[in-house]
Amino acid sequence: MATINGNPGPHTLGKVRTHPTQNEALMFEKSASGKRAYKLPPLDVPAVDAKELLGPAAREVRAELPELSEIELIRHFTRLSTWNYAIDLGMYPLGSCTMKYNPRVNEFVARIEGLAEAHPYRPESLAQGVLEIFDLLQRCLLEITGMDAITLQPAAGAHGEFTGILLTRAWHESQGNPRKKVLIPDSAHGTNPATAAFSGYAVENLKSNAVGGIDLEALASRVDEDTAALMLTNPSTLGVFENEIHKIADILHAKGALLYMDGANMNALVGKVRPGDFGVDVMHLNLHKTFSTPHGGGGPGSGPVACKADLEPFLPIPVLVQNQNGTKSWDYDRPQSIGRVRAFYGNTGMFIRALAYILANGPDGLRQTTEDAVLNANYIRKKLEDLYELPYKTPSMHEVVFSDKRQAVHGVRTGDIAKRLIDYGFHPYTVSFPLIVHGALMIEPTESESREELDLFVDAMRSIAREAEEKPDLVKTAPHSTRVSRLDEVQAARKPVLRWKRQGRGRE
Amino acid sequence: MRYLPKSDEERRQMLGEIGAASIDDLFAVIPAEYRLDRDLNVPRQQAESEIVGYFRAAGQKNATDYVSFLGAGAYRHYRPVIIDALVQRGEFLTSYTPYQAEITQGTLQAIFEFQTMIAELTGMDVANASMYDGSTGAAEAVMMAVRVTGRHKAVVAAAVHPEYREVLATYALHQGLPTTLVGYDAETGRIDLGSLEAAVTDETACVLVQSPNFFGVIEDIPAIAEIAHKKGALLIVSIAEAVSLGIVRPPVEADIVAMEAQSFGVALSYGGPFCGVVAAKEQYVRQMPGRLAGQTVDGAGNRGFVLTLATREQHIRREKATSNICTNQALVALMATIFMAVYGKEGMRELAEHNLAKADYAAKALAAQPGARLRFKGAPRFHEFVLQTDEAPAAWNRRLMENKIVGGIELSRWYPELKNCTLWCATEVVTREQIDAAAKVLAAAPVEA
Repeated sequence: MATINGNPGPHTLGKVRTHPTQNEALMFEKSASGKRAYKLPPLDVPAVDAKELLGPAAREVRAELPELSEIELIRHFTRLSTWNYAIDLGMYPLGSCTMKYNPRVNEFVARIEGLAEAHPYRPESLAQGVLEIFDLLQRCLLEITGMDAITLQPAAGAHGEFTGILLTRAWHESQGNPRKKVLIPDSAHGTNPATAAFSGYAVENLKSNAVGGIDLEALASRVDEDTAALMLTNPSTLGVFENEIHKIADILHAKGALLYMDGANMNALVGKVRPGDFGVDVMHLNLHKTFSTPHGGGGPGSGPVACKADLEPFLPIPVLVQNQNGTKSWDYDRPQSIGRVRAFYGNTGMFIRALAYILANGPDGLRQTTEDAVLNANYIRKKLEDLYELPYKTPSMHEVVFSDKRQAVHGVRTGDIAKRLIDYGFHPYTVSFPLIVHGALMIEPTESESREELDLFVDAMRSIAREAEEKPDLVKTAPHSTRVSRLDEVQAARKPVLRWKRQGRGRE
Repeated sequence: MRYLPKSDEERRQMLGEIGAASIDDLFAVIPAEYRLDRDLNVPRQQAESEIVGYFRAAGQKNATDYVSFLGAGAYRHYRPVIIDALVQRGEFLTSYTPYQAEITQGTLQAIFEFQTMIAELTGMDVANASMYDGSTGAAEAVMMAVRVTGRHKAVVAAAVHPEYREVLATYALHQGLPTTLVGYDAETGRIDLGSLEAAVTDETACVLVQSPNFFGVIEDIPAIAEIAHKKGALLIVSIAEAVSLGIVRPPVEADIVAMEAQSFGVALSYGGPFCGVVAAKEQYVRQMPGRLAGQTVDGAGNRGFVLTLATREQHIRREKATSNICTNQALVALMATIFMAVYGKEGMRELAEHNLAKADYAAKALAAQPGARLRFKGAPRFHEFVLQTDEAPAAWNRRLMENKIVGGIELSRWYPELKNCTLWCATEVVTREQIDAAAKVLAAAPVEA
């Protein structure tokens, strides 16, 4: 067992030692009438009588919001924050999520006054600065993907998928037939089938072949004149590059179907290979994965969609255009557009961060980032493959997927190993996904981990493998070091308590 | 590269341990014909100081020293500094979706507090953890109503934000969901109740209105609810200005509320990221889109929170999910949570009162100028109003711009019948002096020959 400063303390396990966290009630439970965390300036216009102005539309009863002072709010949220794990604390090897370092300069520049306070309807003459950012980011993303046209509008990956499939649909319609179905490999993210259904397509699942890739024969037999597209994640959710990608594209194109690429795993490709060069017609990017914008506990994301020239007329409105005098403006006159997918222009704050990341890297940094991400995943694979089952031996790109087959004989499942990792100071990997691997452990270290942190992770995983054999109950009841132990999810779902309520209070 | 924690020597060692001769071995699976054998054509690697310089210059080009009366779905309110101090804590900023509840209790409890406060403000029973924005939230609420009712038609008020309606059209098109538009009363700016009554049928899944609506006018929610419910349709109320709930009666008769919470401490940021949220009556919770945090206990009986009712969601249900949404707007929802807590029970009211007073003053000051008048006077407003002028808005807007003022936005862009009408907004950050200055410029129309 590793030690800290050479002294094996009673609470030291690998890189962590327990330390107390503070209890903190809900804000509502701490509220006391009359406490304030705000002060408005004196009103410089005549006060108004709300009841007189609004009549029956006036609010009678104040909403039951908490009443607390500023220091209490600071402590409240600071204490809550200490109950979270975060990239800033250590490795966060969630497969498919690309939990890389979120550079602080990104946060700084996104808050520059002229950008953060820009109203979306300000005249274009007063928005040239932000439009230039849109333009440069668009050009960088097109270069990185090898595509021809792009929209930054979608708010997240799934929203980008929706946009991309609508582009696909619009293109097919322009060819005379919207077609009926979308093919989706069984290894795909859940958003893919949900998106296809949401876009009015029937979903047809495609079984993966023996190496976890697309089965070309099966694909060829399934693609017909009713097939709108194949939604493909490349590298796949197994972290495997579809090396016959050109044949996949050819099979689709021969029947007039399109190749959609889920760009969730773009961190394995940037600077090394471009989807536009290997036959992809339309794809989305996740700026919150590949381009370092923070996950923020679940969002916001940003899901730009890039496409080939054929699909460009259908992009959501508005589209950024350059005027003859060099200024930029929004073009709303796009008769073939699929329409809007959200209000305004997109998650601008995320564009600023993503561009800052691209600028900080440059071409050499982007390539090195991809190489390091792939190096790290392969290093973990090498260091763990003797203890954890590797269901697919195909070469790994940026992530590696093991199964719990060898631990399961002791009754220890992937979810248990994941929970035990918490005790060793790591966030769990992605559990039980992709679905094609029974008991999957999906590990994506990203480029942001030093060799030292990777070694600590490897030590932890090896130690847990030993524990699974020798002390399986220790693993099955983990975590043991957290504020709360495993939570009763069944009760949460059966009798949902989704908000706080004052006991015995009547409703408005 | 400064974000990469490895020396070249360490890279070489690691490759050696893997058994790879060079990094190229790890990319050998990619067919050679597709491998990029050149540098990407993106700007060269920049120093942090250069990056800051680039964005500062872009910010300055955007011009910051203008007074603005723009609203229309994006509102400028004061943002208490503790918001950014707290949301930039790495434990919030750099944490993932709280699927691993034991080490994300901070995020989960904050979501639970967000859901509670949104429910309190809107008069709904439950609220979700957030949606992308107000527009997609409204569209998803309509889809939800379709699932709840099993009906496939929607009735939409013309005074719903035009861009929200455009988004709904995109979402509805491939769902086989025809929508009927109901116009507004020319005097009050409210939905035309007679037309609404005629439009709602036994096949209507829902009625979607916005309140305060796009003209800043507060709709008669009880009357609209009655018409919708009489035919078994659900009422969805879209709220683009969350601060209004401090003083405007919550739409308790609604079945679903789709809200944009940008006003709660979220920077304008040229339109995003904002913070949508869907709230609803309890009986509809299993048809809601998006994530929900719920309270439960651990093995020792400690209170804790988890993401719950996930069987609605795409990662479990795939093509049968209630929505394809995965990533939401969590950190922005945290901003809103902190904002709601800073103002609290009394402050939310006081803040809304200031907005009401500023807009009332601004509306009177501007409408008092020669050739100017208020439209939609017959109904209550919050902090936006429609001004109609004899002079074309393009002309006086030019004068305002010369005085570093951005006036109201022209409505003819979306409502051709509202000629020379502009939508103005005055929040608590606008001063009397600024309003008076705008009125003065407006009045200074060139004398016609």
